[in-house]
Amino acid sequence: MNTPPIAVAMSGGVDSSTVAALLARSGQPVVGLTMQLWNQRRLPELSVEGATGRCCSLDDAYDARRVAEQIGIPYYVVNFERQFEARVVEPFIAEYLAGRTPIPCTLCNNFIKFDQFLEMADAVGAEQIATGHYARITFDQESLRYQLRQAMDDSKDQTYFLFGLTQAQLARSLFPLGEMHKSEVRRLARDMQLAVAEKGESFEICFVPNGDYAAFMDAYLKQKSAAAAPVHGEIVTTDGRTLGEHAGVHHFTVGQRKGLGLATGEPLYVIATDARSQRVTVGSNAELLRSTLRACDVNWVSIAGLPAPARAQVKIRNKHVAAPATLYPSSAAGPVEVRFDEPQRAVTPGQAAVFYDGDLVLGGGWIE
Amino acid sequence: METVQRFYFDYNATTPVSPEVLETAVACLGQVYGNASSIHHFGQQAKQTLETARRQAAALIGAQPREIVFLSGGTEADNLALLGIVRHAKHTSRHVITTTIEHPAVLNTCAQLAREGVAVTYVPVTADGLVDPGEIRRALRPDTVLISVMHANNELGTVQPVAEIAAIAHEAGAYIHVDGVQALGKIAVDVDALGVDLYSVSGHKIYAPKGVGALYVRRGTPLGAIAFGGHHERERRAGTENVPGAAAFGRAAELAGEQLETDAARLAGLRDRLESAILERIPHTGVNGNRAARTPNTTNIYFDGLEGEALVIGLDLRGFAVSSGAACSSGAVEPSHVLTAIGLSADRARASIRFSLGRANTAEQVDALIEAVAATVAHLRKLSPVTV
Repeated sequence: MNTPPIAVAMSGGVDSSTVAALLARSGQPVVGLTMQLWNQRRLPELSVEGATGRCCSLDDAYDARRVAEQIGIPYYVVNFERQFEARVVEPFIAEYLAGRTPIPCTLCNNFIKFDQFLEMADAVGAEQIATGHYARITFDQESLRYQLRQAMDDSKDQTYFLFGLTQAQLARSLFPLGEMHKSEVRRLARDMQLAVAEKGESFEICFVPNGDYAAFMDAYLKQKSAAAAPVHGEIVTTDGRTLGEHAGVHHFTVGQRKGLGLATGEPLYVIATDARSQRVTVGSNAELLRSTLRACDVNWVSIAGLPAPARAQVKIRNKHVAAPATLYPSSAAGPVEVRFDEPQRAVTPGQAAVFYDGDLVLGGGWIE
Repeated sequence: METVQRFYFDYNATTPVSPEVLETAVACLGQVYGNASSIHHFGQQAKQTLETARRQAAALIGAQPREIVFLSGGTEADNLALLGIVRHAKHTSRHVITTTIEHPAVLNTCAQLAREGVAVTYVPVTADGLVDPGEIRRALRPDTVLISVMHANNELGTVQPVAEIAAIAHEAGAYIHVDGVQALGKIAVDVDALGVDLYSVSGHKIYAPKGVGALYVRRGTPLGAIAFGGHHERERRAGTENVPGAAAFGRAAELAGEQLETDAARLAGLRDRLESAILERIPHTGVNGNRAARTPNTTNIYFDGLEGEALVIGLDLRGFAVSSGAACSSGAVEPSHVLTAIGLSADRARASIRFSLGRANTAEQVDALIEAVAATVAHLRKLSPVTV
C-alpha cells in the first residue's frame, strides 16, 4: 500500500457507484465502504412491502458490493448504527417533539458521513474520501480556505445539506460529481456498464419508510418505552378561534396545508407550532410570510466570518430559490439575523438558512 | 491496486476443500450419478458410495454407520435434533435446556420452540466461557426432555464438559444433543465416551465442501421428521441423497481421523506462538475464554480501545483474513452474544478478534500475521489512543 487509497462512500446508488468507478478507472487505489446506518428490521411494524426510502437495505449493500466487484476494488460494509441513532435519529425525534422541522441529512453529513466515515478512512489508511454529493470544493489561495460551491447541475445541488462542513473535513473530501450533470453521470454509469446504472433516485429521509415520519416516531418511541408524544392539542387561528384538535405538534410543519382535518372556506396553512402548549396556529397564505429570521449555531464555510453586514442570497429549505437578503452578524460566533428584501413564505424553525454569494456557500445556521 | 499475498486465518468460519477431498468429490460428481434409491446398477453404485461415506463419517466419532444421517449442514443437523426430539416427545415433556453461548442454529431453533409453547432455559456460562454442569443440573425440571450444549465454542474455542452434562441429562431422563461442528477434526470425538444421544457435524469445517453435514442419532433415540417426502436416511431426512457431498464428507472425515493428532499439535504450537507474541508485543490485549480447555487452533484476543471491525478491515487490506465475532454476526451492530455472555463489556467485545488456524498455515505466515497485527494496531491506536 504505497499510494494511500481514496475511501469512497458507496450507498449502492448510481451516483456514488459512478464516483467509485471513475476513481478506480483513473488508476488510483480505491477502497469502497458502505455505511450501515439503520437496521430496517428494527421497527418491524413499519416494514411495509414496497416501501420507498429504504436506506441501508440489504439490497443497497448488495448493489454496492456488486459494483465494487465489477470495478475490482476492496469493499467493506462498516457499521455506524449506534452513532447514527445517537447523532441523527435521536435529535431528529427531539426536534419534532419540540415543534421544529429537522433536517436529518445535515446532521448525518456533519456527524456521520464527514466524521465517523473520515475516521474509518483513517483506519484503512486513506487520506481522502470521495462521495457522490453534488457540490464543488475549491481552494482559495488568498484566504487559504477551502470553499464550497454549488454543483454545476442546479437541480441536483446538495450544498444546502453541506453547510456544516469544517475546513478540516473539506480538505479531505472529493466530490467528483460536482462538475457534472446527472444525465452525464447516468451516461457514464451506462458506459461503464455499472450494475446500478438504471437504478431509481431516492428522495425521502432514508430511515423513514414511505416518508411517514410521524409513524416512525411513534414506533421508535414505543420501542424505547419513552413517554409517548402528547396526543392532544388545539388548532387555532391567528385571531384566536379554535377550529379543532390534533394528535401532537410533531404531525405538523410550518407551511403545511394538507392533513389539517379542517373544512373551511378559505385555504388554511400551518403558521406556527408550539410544543409547550401543543398549539397549532393556522392562517392564510399571506400570514405565512416573514421578512426576517435568526439563524443560530452558524458555521462559516467559504469565509472565516462576517465582520459587518453583507448582502447574500439565502435558502431556507432545499428546494427554496435563494432569496436576496442582508446578513447582520451579532457577536463573533453568535446568531445571524437575516433580513430578506422580499418576505419569504414558511420560514420553518429547525430547517437551515444557508447563505450564498452566487455559487459560493458562505455558511449557514439553524432557523430559530 | 497491487496484488497482495493473501493468508487465511479464519478456519472456524470455513475451510478450503482439501485436494484429496476435491478429487473424491469431482470423481463422484462426474461418474456416480445414479439415485441411491434405484434398484439398477447406477443406483447401487450411488448407494455404495453413500454407505462408504457413512462408514467413514461414523468411524471418526466412534458411531455405528446406521446412526449417521446425512444432511445439508450443521444448521440442519441442529434443527433436526432439537425439533425432532421435542416434536416426538410426549406433550408433558415441554422443557429444553441450552446455554447462552450456542450457535444461532441452536439459539434460533430454541426461539422457534418457545414460540411453539416449549419452555427454554438458557444456562449462563462462566467468565472463561465454560458451562458449569452444576448450572445444568439446577436448571432441570421434571418435564425436561432435551439438553443441548455445544462441544467447542466457535468464537472462543472453549471445550465444554460434555460427558458430565450427558450423565446429568440421562440421570434426569432427558436426551442430550451436542453441536459438535467446531469440535470435529480439532479434538477427538467419541460419542460413546461422551455419552451423547445426538451430535451435529458439518462438512465445510473439516475441509469438505459447503452443503453437507450430518447428525449422529444414537440407536433408539426417537426423532420426529422435520421435512417430509420419501423414505431416505431411515425416514429421518426425506430427499434424494447428496451423494457427492456425502462422499466428500466421508473422505474428509477419514483424513481428519488420520491427521487429527499431528494437526492438533502443530496448530496448537502455531496458535500459541501467535498468541504469546501478540500479548507480549501489544499492550492492552488479553485472551478471551479459558486457555486450557479449548480447541488447538483458536484464540480470541481483545485489543482494548479498538473497533474490531476496523482491525479486520485493516488486516484484510494487508492480506490477512481474520474475523471479529462469528461470520454470521459480522455486519451486525450487536457485539457478539458469546463475548457478552462471558461478561465482556460491549466495548471490549467489539474490540475482540478471533484467529482460527488450519492446515495451510505455517510458522512464516504466523510471523507475518504478528507483524501485520502489530502494525495495524499501532496505526489504529495512533488515530485514537487507548484511554484505559
